[in-house]
Parts: sequence; structure tokens; C-alpha cells
Amino acid sequence: MVAIRDLAKMEDLLLKGNAACAGCPIGIALRTTLKALGKKTIMFVPACCTSVVQGIGPGAAISVPLFNTAFETAASVASGAAAAAEILGKDVTILAWAGDGGTYDIGLQAISGAAERGDNVLYICYNNQMYSNTGIQRSGATPLGAWTTTTWTGKTEHMKDMGMILIAHRVPYVATASVGYPDDIYDKVRKAKEKKGFRYIDILAPCPPGWRFPSDMTIRLGRLAIETGFWLLYEYEDGELRFNGYTKLVAEGKKEFKPVEEFLRLQDRFRHLFEPKRRDDILEEIQRWIKERFEWYLSLAKI
Amino acid sequence: MMSERKVIIDTGNSAVAYAVKDAEAKVIAAYPITPQTTIVEKIAQFIEYGEMDAKMIRVESEHSAMAAIIGSEAMGVRSFTATSSHGLALMHEMLWYAANARLPVVMAVANRTLGPPWNIWADWGDAMADRDIGWIISWAANNQEVYDFTLISYRVAEDKRVALPAMVNLEAFVLTHTSMPFEICGKEAREFLPEYDPIWKLDPDDPVIMGNIFSPADTMKLRWDMWESIKRARKVILGAIQEYNEMFNRDYEGLIKTYRMDDADYAIVSMGTIGEEAEVAVDALREEGLKVGAIRINFFRPFPREDLVNVLNSVSRIIIIERSASLGAYGQILQDLGPTILLEKLQVDVNDVFMGIGGTDVSYEDIVNVVKRAIKGELKTLYWYGSENW
Repeated sequence: MVAIRDLAKMEDLLLKGNAACAGCPIGIALRTTLKALGKKTIMFVPACCTSVVQGIGPGAAISVPLFNTAFETAASVASGAAAAAEILGKDVTILAWAGDGGTYDIGLQAISGAAERGDNVLYICYNNQMYSNTGIQRSGATPLGAWTTTTWTGKTEHMKDMGMILIAHRVPYVATASVGYPDDIYDKVRKAKEKKGFRYIDILAPCPPGWRFPSDMTIRLGRLAIETGFWLLYEYEDGELRFNGYTKLVAEGKKEFKPVEEFLRLQDRFRHLFEPKRRDDILEEIQRWIKERFEWYLSLAKI
Repeated sequence: MMSERKVIIDTGNSAVAYAVKDAEAKVIAAYPITPQTTIVEKIAQFIEYGEMDAKMIRVESEHSAMAAIIGSEAMGVRSFTATSSHGLALMHEMLWYAANARLPVVMAVANRTLGPPWNIWADWGDAMADRDIGWIISWAANNQEVYDFTLISYRVAEDKRVALPAMVNLEAFVLTHTSMPFEICGKEAREFLPEYDPIWKLDPDDPVIMGNIFSPADTMKLRWDMWESIKRARKVILGAIQEYNEMFNRDYEGLIKTYRMDDADYAIVSMGTIGEEAEVAVDALREEGLKVGAIRINFFRPFPREDLVNVLNSVSRIIIIERSASLGAYGQILQDLGPTILLEKLQVDVNDVFMGIGGTDVSYEDIVNVVKRAIKGELKTLYWYGSENW
């Protein structure tokens, strides 16, 4: 695994003066991703917070070529670019970089098409579990109970399992990651870069204004999400599913998941589950869902 | 052997496929919809049988088809798609991306009615919904024009003075599935169409970012630049057509085609196959002593204002025949011609006649009937052909 101190020394392709909020997980996820991929990368970005992070044109704070595209088209535009790169004989990474709204919801059809065709695209979803750029609306990635501006009393459904949807397409590489572990992001992106075909990485991205937590806690929440089993760390390659990081330790019986409340309590998007009246029904359902989902993954994984 | 200049007998859809092959487009992305399908079937065959060196992306929707060729064109590779009707409507959003990103993709549109009810026959309404975006838009009247306009579209779209996408329209079945003779240029097409040299592209050696957030003032400048570019396209089209005529022995006039207009008192204005049918009607009307001529709009965008004014300034009545309507307003040709008449202060009467909507047949007898009634003053200004019986 790459050492964080080495990661810090690598050339930054996400430049200073970009327009991200304080504590924004994109700063961590995208910086790390571009360090792993290097300059021979072409990005395709649909409507999402990264549209803003680039800063106001004609200048831009990302120093690889980038095409801003329509909400549902990160995968399909990238498919065309991958075909062109093949025609031109260009050794470049075609990177589709999208939020969860553009991935789980409006972009799902194009992703499925590109995955089924095996187009040579690395698709990375930075997943902050809501439509953050439009003002914190509910998405298919929003977890049960979360407040958003379209679910004022908490979302009534669980999040969609996008990783499993991609695994069902039998693509060469699927991985999850968390902004809490940039070294893990780096290693997974490096690994994905070396593979051909459609590759998918889903990076959990705790968002201070969206999840309602102080901007110095992004990493801490990114880690608690893993330590509580709220988000699982795994890789699917060569037809096999394997856990890694803290998730692996739990799978091997060396650690236990912490109670999910430790993760939920730090975010005001879940405050209504604790006050004015404690909502044990929802809290227990989230805890039950974590257990059930992990057991299901365990049954499929080679640890 | 396949690449020689020669006359073949085939459908309008095949004419598109041959033109795309002769243009040596390298990325084709498409999704099937009747009556476009045989275009991409034939291109797939060319590629799989080794007659064409290109990559075909069999996308899962028309929206993705346009998105994919936007991606490939942005990499600097000549690209193509074809669609129709509902498929064109689905890709509407991405037509803006192609135009605003200044990507000269070329698309064939097999003009078909939108539902409900299900109807696979000809109607211009599908393409008309996209006329304000900044695409170069042409309408073919026969399979030779289908082939030629496709090649000319690449040349004009890719010209650095234009740098805008182009759409070639051919009506459902009347052209898409009707065989007639036409000449293909083969390898010689590339003498007319040079290598694609984009004004910008996605290249790690010279990184650019396309389309991040711009201020309103800067965005307005970009729109003005597109306004000027598509205006400039008129001269680029005229130049390209002149060169094409000389190279391949054709006789295109320009953005419009006129027929027996020299001494005409009355002008029929239409497009596509109806425009060509109108020429037959003109001959019949002339035999009855009526001084009628016909004007066919070949290029609807840029709208050929100057060209139309030059031939319309001496007529007393214009009879427009439209295969689509802007419901609640007028036919789309009148919508564009009306301001031209007003601004140029032409003293003419106008009839806007809707014919052929939903794929109904339009024969020259129908057109003769309409024109005679119009000349006698018996026709309403806005008239749906046959509606008195409904």
C-alpha cells in the first residue's frame, strides 16, 4: 500500500484555488485519483459538484483534459472517447468521474450499456449519497433515515447497491473505497488503471454541508462508515469478491463492527433519529440492514 | 473495387451509409429505430466485412448514441450517427452539447412522425424541434442528394469558419426505403473532404477543459460566436457546393433549388420530396398557362434568407407546403420566411398549406389542386389539406 507521506509528495493535478468547499471529499478523492492515474488521463464529468470545483471558466483548476457533459452521459461520452482513443492508438486513461446522482440514478442506463459492451472506461463514482450540487436532494444512494431537502423527515428506503449491479455485469474490476483511506483509493485506482475494459470504483465521500458535520471531520466519518459496516470495502476482480481494510478484519473475525450510532450521531442529517424523540424503529432497521447486507456479502466473498 | 466512383441503384438509407464510408468516419454510434435501421445495418456490414475501417458502438439508446459521438469527436475523430423521430427527441439534450462544444458531428435523420399514435411514416416534425440549436440542417429530395449532402455536411461542419454539427434529413420510406440510381464518389470523396483538423480536442499533451462554469457575459459571447459562425456557413456551403459540382459533375444551385422561377408570378416553397413533387406540379400548371415556379429549400439552417428574397421579390403569391406544423402558430417554413417577407418589405400574399403530415402521400395532383385554389383566392391563409372534409 502506498504511504500517505509519498502520496503527499506526488504532483498535484487538482490545483490550488479550486472551488471546493472546506472539507470537501472531492479534494481528497480526485486529488488521489489523479495522482494514481497521472497526466495521460482524460476526464468526462457530468453535472455534479466537480463541475463547480473546476472553478469559473475560461480558467480551470484541473490540469488534465476534461469534458463537462450532460447529467446522464458520463459513461456514454466516455465510451465514444474510448473508441476514439483506440482508433488513434492513444495510451490514455478514459476516466468518467461522476457523483452518485449521475451514477445510481440518471446515468445508470448508460453505465449498464458501457459495462455490457466492455468499453475501455474507468468509471469512478464519488458518492456523497445525495444530489449535493443542486442542494442536497435525495438520490438512489441516500441511506434510510437521512434528511435531505426532498426527504425532510428522513428517507424511507435503503440505498441502492451500485457495486453489486456492476458485479452482475461481470466487468473486470469493481471496488469500493472511502475518502477516509486515501491510500486505499490510490491503490485501487492504480490497479484499475492497469486493467482493460469497463472498471468501476465507488468512493464513499462524506460531505460536510450535505451530511451536516463540521468540515474537519471528513476523514473521521469516512473511517467510521467502514468501522461500523455502514459502507463495505471490497474488490471484485477475476470473478472473485474480496474484502479489504477494516471490513476484511471483521470478515476474518479479528474485529467487530462498531454500533452504527457512532457514525450516525456525528451527522445532523440523522439528528431527527435521536431528538426530540429517539427513533429506535429506524435505528434498529439500519443496524439490521448492515448485518443482513454484510452476511449476504460474506456468503459471496472469498474473504 | 468497392471504392470506385460509380452509379448504383439503392435506397436513401444505403446512400447515407455509402457517404459515411466514403467520408471515412471512424466512430459510429447508433441505436435502432425504424426507418433509420438499414443505415446502421449497412455500416455495421461495411465494418465487419472489412470494407470500412471504423469502430461501431452499439449503444443502448439514442441519447447515448449522440453522447458517444460527442466523446469521439471531442478526441478529434470524425464520427457519425443516424436516428429518427422518437430517437431524435430522446437525444435532443445532446444536440445542444454537440453544437455548443463546437463539435462537427454529422447525423442522418430519417424524418418520421412522433407518436402517439404509432406511425412510422414521413413527417418533418422530428427535425423541426431541433432547428434553433445551431446545427447545419439540410433536407434531401432524392438519394443523390442524400449521398451528396452527407459529404457536403462533413465538409461544411468541419470547416474552421463554421465548426458546428450538421444534420441531413431524408423522409421516412419515401427516401429511406426507396431505391433509385445515384452516383457514389468512392475514394475520390476524400479529395473533396480533407482530414478532420479540429479547432480543439481532448489531448493530454495540450490539456483543455471544455464547458466548465462560465459567466453570463462570457456565455453570451460564445452564443454570438455561434450566431456568426452559422451565418458564415452560408458562404462556406456555397463554396463547398461549387467545388463539389466541379469535382463530381453535379449542378446544385446552392442553399435552395429553383424551378421555372424566371418569369413566375406564383411560387411554391417547400422542402424534401414534396419540394421535388412540386416541380412536377409546376409543369402541369404551366401547361394550363399559369406562371408558377417552385423553390426547394435544401439548407434550412442557415436559413437561406438572401437566396429566397432574390427569387421571391417578383412574385405576387407564395404557396408554402409544409410537412410539419408548429402547433399554435404556423408552419415552420412560414415562421422563418414570414419575418424575411416583413423585413424585406415584399408585397406578397401567402398561403401556408399543411400536406403530407403523418406520412400521407402528396401527389403532384394534390399540389396542382392547392395552387389553383390559392391563385383564385379560395384558400385560407393557413390551410390543412383536406380538412374541409374532416
